Amino acid sequence: MDNHDRLGGDALGVDGTLNPDEALIEIGGLKTYFYMHEGIVRAVDGADLTIRRGRTLGVVGESGCGKSVTAQSILRIVPPPGKIVEGEILYHRLLDRDKMGGATEIVDLAQLDPRGREIRRIRGGEIAMVFQEPMTSLSPVHTIGNQIIEAILLHQDIDKSQARERAIEILTRVRMPKPAQAVDSYPYQLSGGMRQRGVIAMALSCHPSLLIADEPTTALDVTTEAQILDLMRELQQEMGMAIMFITHNLGVIAEMTEEVIVMYLGKVVEQADVDSLFHDPKHPYTRALLRSIPRVDEDTNRPLESIKGMVPDPYALPQGCPFHPRCSSFMEGLCDIQDPPLVRLDGNKRVRCHLYV
Amino acid sequence: MNNQATEDNLLLEVNDLRKHFPIKASFFSRVKGLVKAVDGVSFYIRRGETMGLVGESGCGKTTTGRMIVRVIEPTTGEIWFHDRDAGRVDLTTLNKREMSPFRKNIQMVFQDPYSSLNPRMTLLQIVGEPLVSNRLARGAEREERVAEALRAAGLRPEYMSRYPHAFSGGQRQRIGIARSLVTHPQFIVADEPVSALDVSIQAQILNLLQDLQDQYDLTYLFVAHDLSVIRHVSDRVVVMYVGKLVESAAKTELFLNPRHPYTEALLSSVPRPDPRKKSQRILLPGEVADPSNPPPGCYFHPRCRYAQEVCHIEEPKLMEISPDHFVSCHRAEELSLQGI
Repeated sequence: MDNHDRLGGDALGVDGTLNPDEALIEIGGLKTYFYMHEGIVRAVDGADLTIRRGRTLGVVGESGCGKSVTAQSILRIVPPPGKIVEGEILYHRLLDRDKMGGATEIVDLAQLDPRGREIRRIRGGEIAMVFQEPMTSLSPVHTIGNQIIEAILLHQDIDKSQARERAIEILTRVRMPKPAQAVDSYPYQLSGGMRQRGVIAMALSCHPSLLIADEPTTALDVTTEAQILDLMRELQQEMGMAIMFITHNLGVIAEMTEEVIVMYLGKVVEQADVDSLFHDPKHPYTRALLRSIPRVDEDTNRPLESIKGMVPDPYALPQGCPFHPRCSSFMEGLCDIQDPPLVRLDGNKRVRCHLYV
Repeated sequence: MNNQATEDNLLLEVNDLRKHFPIKASFFSRVKGLVKAVDGVSFYIRRGETMGLVGESGCGKTTTGRMIVRVIEPTTGEIWFHDRDAGRVDLTTLNKREMSPFRKNIQMVFQDPYSSLNPRMTLLQIVGEPLVSNRLARGAEREERVAEALRAAGLRPEYMSRYPHAFSGGQRQRIGIARSLVTHPQFIVADEPVSALDVSIQAQILNLLQDLQDQYDLTYLFVAHDLSVIRHVSDRVVVMYVGKLVESAAKTELFLNPRHPYTEALLSSVPRPDPRKKSQRILLPGEVADPSNPPPGCYFHPRCRYAQEVCHIEEPKLMEISPDHFVSCHRAEELSLQGI
């Protein structure tokens, strides 16, 4: 059966309003493994998550948790020797892009040819990505304007001068200082914050329905970060776009996201609304993480509660629950033998922990 | 600040420190201009305390730290070190030979745990290097002291035969810390020691640094851009902006009651890890000033919402606005600013 035979039904709810819980991307059982000489790195090892249309999902975790590889899997840009070995990435695409609430079709991105025309149409045109380091996305030998124009011409049927107009328009919208000059500037002539605005402009130039932002402000000063986060929130509202916001910074998660998933060693260990994650965390890892961070608005006059041990060697993952060697709620005979399933709790919560099974 | 010079609990006094880097079109051409990376910074640190030095890119905090450790030479200014044995000495007046005995007392921990350890040296060689270069120990004694330093940093002494690549980021930072301890220093400059580490490892390393401070009676200059970390570790804080010291105060005083508009904006910009605390943020217009071409008058005035005529013309002087609280702003006395 061809991918495109599956229609997703209407994005409108029964009463004609936009269904607030409508899924844009549904990831089920995703496994992305890297086949190295030394062994297999299970970077994403059975991840389930849903990105909702027009809303912001936060993905939080530390090094090696698989958050970046999950994002790369969506856009099929996982670097070799990595590949998706199992699972589905269902993209609910609106058949008529200008008709919010219209009929949708479902495309499984995991099944597409990573170098094929279909995914290339989606990449940049319907799903865009910004990275931590703007020079990952910017060519140093082309002007910002040329790079945005290239993105526009790839996905839109207009001529070069119209594309240039749109480029200046989008640069103005991302509050780039002196946009008519910036469009002819090279990246080296711009500061870090301005380059990141340039990258965001490039990403938004084709009005994507999803923006994947992987640590977009981590390399920026805090005052510049505040400007960029404010900008992203504004643009999201204006454009009705969904954002998958990947970061290790819990402050940014609290500010920017509505729903959050916590990842550890390739799996989703907790999923919750942002308020509930911070005020009623369930998974021992989430709790430990929240207790270990220093706070800018409080005097912590005691040592920080650190998580003992460290993230294990990816080639030698522990048996059972991957977090058990560091867990304060470890139950011998259970946590070191069996990997807990993802369990649904009250409200919009899910946890992967034996305490709740 | 010099009226504090007679206090006998001081360890370090920095006086009008400046570092100007010349700009030249090419190696042979004339100097076209100056990057005033550090432009007149004065503060003091008391024995046993942690001074936090905070600011954004290009503010000069790393250059300041490096001048104190003398890996960079100041352009002008004084660095008075109160040595337990030698007394009060201006390090900038010492030549290489005279500086030698002081180096064991002032050590540094670096930001990047990957580039700060020589990959071709074993831990014994890395951590033992300060002992060798300062002629403090050799052979068996060197090994013993390296073992002691590794243990203090939370690493097994058996690791001393291994190479850095065998260790994680957090462990490498511990190696760097062990190296800074091995000469039994009085003062350590920690330059962004946790910013390259994962959040859960940061907590371990911050706790370690505090334990070591108590155990070994250390004084720290802790340079960082992360305000939550600064709030956690510091006793007092200095805020820098484009080479200038704009404010300094005791930690709680600075955070609750900032007196400089830049400090106020900086504090309000930090995202809080609590979705219920989304306060109105002060968004600073424009970008950080260029240290090679700073604005006239107060460097911060183009972005300051309280700026007035005088701010465009005259550079503000550092003044003590309340006991031990210094600020460099023309309007400090009349402004009522928001802390967190």
